[in-house]
Amino acid sequence: MDLSAINPILLLASLMVAATPILLAAIGELVVERAGVLNLGVEGMMITGAVCGFIVTINAGSPLLGFAGAAIGGALLALVFGVLTQVLLSNQVATGLALTLFGLGFAALLGQGYIGIKAPVIPKWPVPVLSDIPVIGPILFNHDPVVYLGIAIIAGVWAFLRYSRAGLILRAVGENHDAAHALGYHVIRVRLLAIMFGGACAGLGGAYLSLVRVPQWTEGLTAGAGWIALAIVVFASWRPWRLLLGAYLFGGVTVLQLNLQAAGMAIPVAYLSMAPYLATILVLVMMRAGRAPGSLAQSFHASR
Amino acid sequence: MKFKKLLAGTGIALALATGAFAQDKTTVGFVYVGPVGDGGWTYEHDKGRQAVEAHFGDAVETVFVESVPEGPDAERVITQMALQGADLIFTTSFGYMDATINVAERFPDVKFEHATGYKTADNVAIYNARFYEGRAIQGHIAGQMTQSNIVGYIGSYPIPEVIQGINSAFIHAREVNPDVEFRVVWAYTWFDPAKEAEAATVLIEQGADVILQHTDSTAPQAAAQAAGNVVTFGQASDMSEFAPFPRVSSIIDDWAPYYVARTQAVIDGTWESSDTWDGIPQGMVSIGEITEAVPAEVKASAEAMIEAIRAGEYHPFTGPLNRQDGSVWLAEGETASDGDLLGMNFYVEGLTGDIPQ
Repeated sequence: MDLSAINPILLLASLMVAATPILLAAIGELVVERAGVLNLGVEGMMITGAVCGFIVTINAGSPLLGFAGAAIGGALLALVFGVLTQVLLSNQVATGLALTLFGLGFAALLGQGYIGIKAPVIPKWPVPVLSDIPVIGPILFNHDPVVYLGIAIIAGVWAFLRYSRAGLILRAVGENHDAAHALGYHVIRVRLLAIMFGGACAGLGGAYLSLVRVPQWTEGLTAGAGWIALAIVVFASWRPWRLLLGAYLFGGVTVLQLNLQAAGMAIPVAYLSMAPYLATILVLVMMRAGRAPGSLAQSFHASR
Repeated sequence: MKFKKLLAGTGIALALATGAFAQDKTTVGFVYVGPVGDGGWTYEHDKGRQAVEAHFGDAVETVFVESVPEGPDAERVITQMALQGADLIFTTSFGYMDATINVAERFPDVKFEHATGYKTADNVAIYNARFYEGRAIQGHIAGQMTQSNIVGYIGSYPIPEVIQGINSAFIHAREVNPDVEFRVVWAYTWFDPAKEAEAATVLIEQGADVILQHTDSTAPQAAAQAAGNVVTFGQASDMSEFAPFPRVSSIIDDWAPYYVARTQAVIDGTWESSDTWDGIPQGMVSIGEITEAVPAEVKASAEAMIEAIRAGEYHPFTGPLNRQDGSVWLAEGETASDGDLLGMNFYVEGLTGDIPQ
C-alpha cells in the first residue's frame, strides 16, 4: 500500500466533480419536497435529461444548448408527473416509481442512434486570479462551469427559501397546504412550478454525466445516481447547505474507493459503497428524522 | 433498458416467425453483454455476426439480444432463443458460462458456443482468443512511452483471462523499462462508461501516463484525451476515432472467420464440441495500426515482436519467470502451458497489490 500516491488536492478536486450530478438532482428534489411533493422519479428525469442534453449537443454542436435541452427535457417529464399527481390526484409514490421506469425506457429509445458517438469536450473554466491560489485554487476554482452553477443553485435556493416571500409561500404550501390554501395561495400552481424546477435540475445533473463526466451516451448511464440524490435530501434534513455536505460525502466515497484501489489498499469495495447509506441512517436516527415538511407526499384538493 | 429488451425480444419473435416458413434456413443466435454500439467487445462480435449474414446470404438468419446482464437474466434470454428455433447460439461473455451449460442440457439438439469460458458439453463448444499475445505488444510499447513510469490498468473482473493480460503487459513493459510500475483498479464491470471514466481519471491523477483497459467502452480513451498527455490502447476493437493520440495502438478481436466456419459446420452437419483458443498466428487477434505518436524504433521492435508471435517463434510467457511471492514459475526457456494460463490466479514477480478474491 502506498497512500502517498494519492494527491489530496486532486482527490478533493475530483470529489467536487463527482458530486456535481447528484448535487444538482438533489437540490431540485429538495425544493420539490419543501413544497410538499415526493417525486421518486429523479432517476428517470436524470437519464432523460442525460439523453436530451446529449442529442441536442450532438445536433446543435453546442454544449450550452445541450444543457438547456436537458433542463427542458427533465422539466417536461416532471410536468407529466405534476399533472398526474396534482391535477389527477394519483398516488405520488407509485407515480414517481413509474416515472423512473418510464424515463429509463424512454431514454433508451431516444438514444438508439447515439450510442458510441463522441461528445465535444467542454473546456475547464478556471476562475481568473482565484485559480492561481495554491492548494485552494486547484481544488475550488479550476472546474468546468457546471460545477460552479451547481453551487450557485444551492446558494440561490437557500436564499430563496430563507429570505424571499415566494420562498415563504413555497414552504407554507409544503408545511400545511390547507392553511396555505385558506390564505389564498394557489397550492397546485406552486407545486407544479416546484416540480418543474426539480425536473430541470435533475435533467442538468443527468446531462453533466453524459456531456462532462463520461462523456458519452449509453443506456443506464445514471446507474442509480437518482436514488442517491433522494437519500441525500433526507440526509440533509431538507436544508440546502447540508445537502452540499451530503453530496460531497456520497461523491467522495466513490472517488476515494477507486483511489484506494489504485494505491493498492485492499479494502473490499463493498464496505466503502455501504458507507454513505450507513451515514444516512445514522443521521436519521440522531436527528430524529430531521423534520420532514408537514404535507410531504399528501395530495391536495381544494374541496377536501 | 427494459423497453429496449422488449423491442429486441419482439424483433426475435418476428424474425423467427417469418423464418419458420423457410424450413431449410439455419438460424444463428448471438447473446451480447453490451450494446452493439459499444465500440469495443460487443461491437466486434456483432461485426462477426454481420459477416455470417454476408457470407451465407439467405441461407442463414441471425438474431441477437444486446445488453444482457450476466446472471439469471442470461439463462432466460438463451432459453428464449433456443425455444424460438435457433440452431446455433453464441454466448459472448464469460459470465454466461453456467447459464449456457444449463440451457444446453435442456436443448440437446441446439448447438451452443460459449466465448472465454472453460466448461464444455456434447453440444457446447468454447472459443477464446489469446488476448495476452496482444497485451505483450501493448506492454512493450507502454513501457517505452511512459515518462512517469506508472502504467494504469483498468481491470474488469479478477478472472484468469484478465490476469493473463495484466501479467503479459507487465512482463513486456518491465523488459524494456526496469523502473515501470503498474497500478491496477478493478471496475467489476465489462461495460459501464461512467465507472470506467472515473477509474481512468483516478489512475491519471495518481500519475499514470499510460492507461491499459480490459473494459469495453471508449470512456477511458475520452478521459485520457481530456487529460492531454496520456497514452491509451484500443481494447477489443480498433477505437481508431481516438487515433493517433491518445490511442497509439489496439488489440482487435476478429471473430468473423470463426463464426463463418462454425455456422458452415452446423449447415453441413459436421459440428462437434471443441475448444478453440486462437491468437495472432490464426488472425483471431490482430494489432491495430501503431500511430506516428510512437517513436519509429519502438514501432519497429513492436512489429518484430508481432511477427515473432505470428511465426510461432516467441511465446509471451517464456521463462525465467517468478510468481509475485518470488517462487519459480517458469524456468529458463520454458513456456507456459495452456492449462497454467487458463487457471492463472497469481501476479508475476514485480507487480504490487493483491488480486481480490
